[in-house]
Amino acid sequence: MNAMQSSIGTTAEAPRTREYATFFVDGLFFGIDVLEVQEVLRYQEMTMVPLAPAVIQGLINLRGQIVTAVDMRGRLKLRARPNGQTPMNAVVRSKEGGAVSLLVDEIGDVVEVDSGMFEPVPDNVDPAARDLLQGVYKLKDRLLLVLDTERTIDIASGPRPEP
Amino acid sequence: MDDQDIIREFLIESNESLARLDREMVALEKSPQDPQLLAGIFRTIHTIKGTCGFLGFASLEAVTHLAENILSQLRDRKRELTPELVTLVLEAADVVKTILLSIEANGNEGSQTYDGLRKRLEAACSHTTAAVPSGDLPAASPDPEKAAGQKGPSVTDSTIRVDVVLLDKLMNLVGELVLARNQILQFTAHQEDATLNATSQRLNLITTELQEGIMKTRMQPIGVVWNKLPRLVRDLATSFAKQINLEMEGADTELDKTIIEAIKDPLTHIVRNCCDHGIERPEVRVRNGKPPYGKLTMRAFHEGGQVNIEIADDGAGIDVQVLKSNAVQKGLVRLEQAERLTDREALALIFLPGFSTAAKITSVSGRGVGMDVVKTNIEKIGGVVELVSRLGEGTTLKLKIPLTLAIIPGLVVTLIEKRSAPRSMTGIGDRYVIPQVSLLELIRLEGDSGKRQIERIHDAPFYRRRGSLLPLVYLTDVLQLAGTGESSVVNIVVLQAEDRQFGLIVDGIGDTQEIVVKPLGKQLKGLKCYAGATIMGDGRVALILDVAGVAQLSGVVRESRGKSTVEDRRQDYSANERQTFLLFRAGSFERLAVPLSLVARLEEISLSKMEHAGGRRVVQYRGRILPLASLAPILDPGAADTAGLLDPAQVVVFNNGERSIGILVDQILDIVEDQVTVRRAAARQGLLGSAVVGKKVTDLLDLHAVIQAADEGWFGSVDTQRAGNATVMIAEASPFVRGLVRNSLEMAGYHVVEAADTQAALRELERRKIDVVLAGLDLPADGSGRDLLEEMRRLPGLAHVPTLALIDNAEQAHAQRERPRGFADYQLKFDREAMLISLARLANAVGTPGALAPSKEKV
Repeated sequence: MNAMQSSIGTTAEAPRTREYATFFVDGLFFGIDVLEVQEVLRYQEMTMVPLAPAVIQGLINLRGQIVTAVDMRGRLKLRARPNGQTPMNAVVRSKEGGAVSLLVDEIGDVVEVDSGMFEPVPDNVDPAARDLLQGVYKLKDRLLLVLDTERTIDIASGPRPEP
Repeated sequence: MDDQDIIREFLIESNESLARLDREMVALEKSPQDPQLLAGIFRTIHTIKGTCGFLGFASLEAVTHLAENILSQLRDRKRELTPELVTLVLEAADVVKTILLSIEANGNEGSQTYDGLRKRLEAACSHTTAAVPSGDLPAASPDPEKAAGQKGPSVTDSTIRVDVVLLDKLMNLVGELVLARNQILQFTAHQEDATLNATSQRLNLITTELQEGIMKTRMQPIGVVWNKLPRLVRDLATSFAKQINLEMEGADTELDKTIIEAIKDPLTHIVRNCCDHGIERPEVRVRNGKPPYGKLTMRAFHEGGQVNIEIADDGAGIDVQVLKSNAVQKGLVRLEQAERLTDREALALIFLPGFSTAAKITSVSGRGVGMDVVKTNIEKIGGVVELVSRLGEGTTLKLKIPLTLAIIPGLVVTLIEKRSAPRSMTGIGDRYVIPQVSLLELIRLEGDSGKRQIERIHDAPFYRRRGSLLPLVYLTDVLQLAGTGESSVVNIVVLQAEDRQFGLIVDGIGDTQEIVVKPLGKQLKGLKCYAGATIMGDGRVALILDVAGVAQLSGVVRESRGKSTVEDRRQDYSANERQTFLLFRAGSFERLAVPLSLVARLEEISLSKMEHAGGRRVVQYRGRILPLASLAPILDPGAADTAGLLDPAQVVVFNNGERSIGILVDQILDIVEDQVTVRRAAARQGLLGSAVVGKKVTDLLDLHAVIQAADEGWFGSVDTQRAGNATVMIAEASPFVRGLVRNSLEMAGYHVVEAADTQAALRELERRKIDVVLAGLDLPADGSGRDLLEEMRRLPGLAHVPTLALIDNAEQAHAQRERPRGFADYQLKFDREAMLISLARLANAVGTPGALAPSKEKV
């Protein structure tokens, strides 16, 4: 956690912090604004959806709510998950009221950061991931990549091309 | 008593008085001379005025003083009561209420002085204005609840207003309850505990009833939307200088409120289109031989679990060529593509975004955003839109919308997929749900003989089902899954997609269950093959197939010329002596048969749904009244009506044109295909005889006699039945058909002669005067290979005898049209009424050679 900064000489303006739910995907460290996260949970059995885009791994029953599961490895165009490793679920709220689960390798802690430390995405980030990121935080020992939730779950299954 | 108490008393009393005042003013309007009413009203205002002056409420005093003046004039008969005056006084009363509210809330009168109102009251008092201008409403309208509540019960209210949001919430909860109920049922199915089972059953029943009740709360008649249409059509007709008559049928058809909301705009748009583009101007219509006023018909009815809404106009129809060229112009389709489109496909172009053929864009329509939005909106609620049009004659739009969105019965099917790792998601046997509403039939083909029944034409698999070819599709192919390969059983699920039928091949067939439809997320909405998802009893998610989507995806519903040529090559129909029969049991008759082609539907109807009308049992069925009759007592008068006691009743529905009848039997046994030879003539009314059907001795039902007995007036007009003394010959190989037709004709008064082959037919023709010949298409020829018709034409005196061909089905009719063999007309073997009409026509025309031309109107 960062030490909070206060500007000297100005009237007391409380430094703002934000909280992020974090997770790991192929060694990379991602975060989503805590307010957008519905819950995180361990691996849930999924029902496959034939003909769906490959990045949609299936559907999950979450206490009666049917949630679409998106494989983050595929979404970020990272290497496929090694055999036998089961993903965990980071369930985010979607704009239209439903929920989508992001399949990640591991769930991390909730991290509080000083919003003043927010930076734009550096150039050396893979273009596939870049589209889905809002920005980054340079933490003490690593980089926190902030995901844009809406763009991440915006996957079109689209009208099929006319035969 | 301190000020607060006094004020409180004042408020209570004044509010009561004002409530009374509202009622009394309205009553006064109806009987303006009533002295008691006038006196009462005057007293009310007077009292308020007095007290508020005493308490120092100046605004209140001013308003009430002026109102009192007016009322005094009325009471003293110095002026007449007019509606405007009533309104003014009521307005003053509202203002008084508002001020009282303010006093109650804040202790003071509030800041408004109501100058406008006061001026008008003054003006009214002194008659200085002829008309009372409509006023400025008080800034805070008096609490509507209070006002309404104290108006008193003017109408006995047995209804209550409920927030739609609350109803939605209840619907959702019921949906969850249904899921939980399913899980419990699944669990208790394996339990032995009697109490648990009984309780689960109760839970089941209660849940079902609750579900039905909740769904009913949201049902509204479509008339709610239609009410606005007459005015709309009138306005549109006027603005376009056209004459349009609007007819609405089925306004009491009920729909879920969400559906009504969703179709409001599309319906309005469609109606506008009809008025704008569809119906022509009167001059144009008259020029084309049409009446000057156009007809716009709206029909709504329930059918097969769906609501059908049809909007038809008898206008100009849609010019497909213009449509195509417009589409090409707008770049929506390429020229070569457009040329290859069939008419049906071309009409579908209308639903493309950006399409409009309106020569000029009126404010009403023509902006090209209409029909595609209509289609999207309808599809969003799970419905389909269909457009049918004939140039010069008119256009019809058909909307088909599922009745309830949330909870539907569905058939569970399974696929066994050959899987390659690493997608080790679900276990063996992925499950999918098919909405029951689209399900027609299940067919199971076993072993090698079963396999052989799948025929391949141009490499596409088909199954011959009751004479017509059913295209087959493997679900694994549609979903692009790798099947496990050959299995010994082929399960075919026969489905209806819009107006096409096809068979979906799956690996396993499960139960039918009530499932809660949950929509798929945005990411999956574009997949046409799924209608949603549901949670099964074991908690796992299953996808719900969208039958129309699957049909489209697999290509079976594409308009293809190939299909009809394929069917033309099937030669088998004509030589068929095999019939398909429905077998059932009624009373003491253990095994009865009737040709399946006569049966419209098989239904199970619960006793609670049956009503009595005109001394007989009826049930409301698909928007009509269906009369019911038990079979056993008809065949054997005095027999016990065992079928009538069953709940649900087993009903076989027969149609005769517009009318239907439901016959109650004890049990439906089977459907078999067999060749029938009538062994023994019938000993009783209602039976044609007995024969071996499906390897057992079976009584053959004389359907027409039965129906006649069940319902005297069922067979329509007497005219068709008056036959005079005409003699008709039936030349038909099948004794069963001969018997059936003979029966019908004799009942209609014809004298009937039978012949089983050409030779016998010719003998009869020589022997006696025959007025009309009914001939089967495949009459066995005699040894010399003569054809009956040719012979008749050759022989003197027989050439003029009119002939009716007896055919089995529409395909044969089509064949007849293509290659006429000289028959004057043709008839379906079992369509009694049409046959009688044709006979009447032909028999009456006998004696005027040349009067007969092959009838144009076809089956």
